[in-house]
Formats: sequence, structure tokens, C-alpha cells
Amino acid sequence: MNENPFSLWVYLSQSPLLWLTVTLLVYAITDAVSLKTRRHPLANPVLHSMWIIGAFLLLTGTSYTTYFGGAQFVHFLLGPATVALAVPLYENRKVVASAILPMLVALAAGSVTAVASVVLLAEAAGLPRAVTLSMAPKSVTAGVAMGISESLHADPSLTAVAVILTGIMGAIVVTPLMNRMGITDFRARGFAVGIAAHGIGTARAFQVDEVAGVFAGIAMSLNALVTSLLVPVAVTFLVR
Amino acid sequence: MIASLSLILLCQLAGEVFVRALALPMPGPVIGLMLLLVLLVARDRFAVLARGPLQGDGVESASRGLLANLSLLFVPAGVGVVQKLDLVAEHGIAFLGVLAVSVLVTLLVTVATFLLASRLMAQGRKPP
Repeated sequence: MNENPFSLWVYLSQSPLLWLTVTLLVYAITDAVSLKTRRHPLANPVLHSMWIIGAFLLLTGTSYTTYFGGAQFVHFLLGPATVALAVPLYENRKVVASAILPMLVALAAGSVTAVASVVLLAEAAGLPRAVTLSMAPKSVTAGVAMGISESLHADPSLTAVAVILTGIMGAIVVTPLMNRMGITDFRARGFAVGIAAHGIGTARAFQVDEVAGVFAGIAMSLNALVTSLLVPVAVTFLVR
Repeated sequence: MIASLSLILLCQLAGEVFVRALALPMPGPVIGLMLLLVLLVARDRFAVLARGPLQGDGVESASRGLLANLSLLFVPAGVGVVQKLDLVAEHGIAFLGVLAVSVLVTLLVTVATFLLASRLMAQGRKPP
């Protein structure tokens, strides 16, 4: 037996093993709950994993840097998973090819709305200029959004917060919203959540329907491109 | 399995190199996605390419495995947000409200535009 349990904790809390295990374990549990509730929007596994792990870190006084030492192995897979979107895209290429025109029109309308609505609403709510700028790229994937935020001399960490919160909100609201509106076209539903809520929305779309997931993945990729060109322009016109 | 993962990583690597070399404002993995898509389509055209991970559902099943747990991959970044809740608290309810309304508006505008465009297209295709 270890005579000093504290030294065991000091060892474990600094090793990637503990935090990687915690991440996978908490996700496995929240995902099982999500499955049990037949993928209820409010049982979103990302949402519940993040607050449970976040609370655990606070309780044990663990820094995010230490946690990330273990969690980075999971985080790293975001890149390969983006590449892997090629496979469902390839398998559904006929459906996708026949919807090129609606996708391009919806991309233009959607990305302009995503940026313009957040900038105008933030101005109307009287948020400081630096906050408004940090929120502008909130609908694109975190890495790209933080890059945009940096180029505007805004606060990239506040941007990351806005991006994740946007993703979670979009993933929760999309299914009940679309059902209530009576929209049954999963191409349109997926595309909308990919534009509004990037990867977290795409993950949700894949839970609901494969075609929705494919369209969400395309929307997310195209939106990253359009938004990085759009935000600097929108900011010059909309922010006083 | 390993060969399939290597192919996926190789596509991402090529994408990163391409994006950085040309200083493009887009993520490297998106170029990697297009590259893998081109490879898959080319494989159906040219039998020479159908080997290694590009044959017998190799790269396909590895990709499906990755995508089946896409939600998990956002957890580390999400935990970062919990640590920065003071940033949100500072700007209060306005911050959350603005994001929520913007998400709703964006969803509705995008879905409406998509449906409208695909309906107009379907009408245009019908013979007069």
C-alpha cells in the first residue's frame, strides 16, 4: 500500500493517463445516457461531459493545461475526423451533386446572416466593441474562428467560448425547431445546422440522420472558408 | 486499420502543407477532406488505385469509426469553456442572449433559403 495517498494523487494528476481516462469515461457515460433517451436534444453528450469534467477540475484544483496534457490525444483527432467526412460525402455524392445550387444559395444567405446577426445584436445589446468583434466569427469551427479573431485584434479565448456555446445551443435547438416547423428535408436541416453550429452541430446531425450529417459537414467546411473572407468586410461596415 | 489511418493522416498532412505554403485562410483538414474524396472517386475510375486502404472498405470503415464518436472530440475544447466562465459572467446574460438569437435566426434563414432554392430548381426542371 502507498503510505501517502497524496503523493499517488500528485503523480496521477500530472500524467496524461488520468485525464485521458476521465475524458473517455465521462463521455462513455453521457453518451450512454443520450442513447437511452433516444438522443434527446437536452441529453447532449458534449454539454454534459464538459460541465462534469469542468466541475471535477475545479474541485481538484487542476489547471486546464494539466487536463489538456491528457485530453490532447482526443482533441488531436478533430483534424483526422474532418478528413474522414470525405467518406460519407463520397457515399452520398449523388444526393450532394443534385443539391449544389441550393447549397450555394443557402451558404451565401446563411454565412452573411450568422455574422451580421451577431454583430448587430451585440451592438443593440450595448456590448463593448472588443466583445462584439470576438463574437463575430462564432459560427465557424474554433481553430478558424480564433485565427479570424486574432487578425481583428479581438480576444481569441472569448471567441473560443462563443464558438463552443454557439455549437452547443445549435445542437440542442435544431431538432425541436425543425420538427416544429415541419421541415422533413434532412439535406436542408443538416445544411442549416452545419452553417449555424459548425462541428458540434455536425456531430448532432450525424446522430439524427446520415444525409443530414453529410450536408452539415459540407456546410461547416464551406462556411469556414466564406466566413474568414466575410468577417473583416462585415466588421468595417457594421461595427461603429 | 493502421494503413487506413495513415492514409487519413497523410491527406491531412498534405492539406496542412498546401494551406500553409499558399497562406490560405482555411483549415488544412478541409483540403485533406477534398483530397481523400478525389482519391475515392479516382479509385472507382482507375483500378490501379484500388489497393491498400483504398480497397475492401478499408479507409471507409476507419472513417466511419472516427465519425461515429465525433461528439467526443469536442469535449476537451468544451472543458476549456467551463474554465473561462468568468469571461461569460463578465458580460452577463446579453452575451448568451445574443448568441442564442443569432443561432436561431441563422438556422431559420439557412433552412428557408435551401428549401426555397431547391423548390425553384425543381420547378425550373419541369417542362413548360
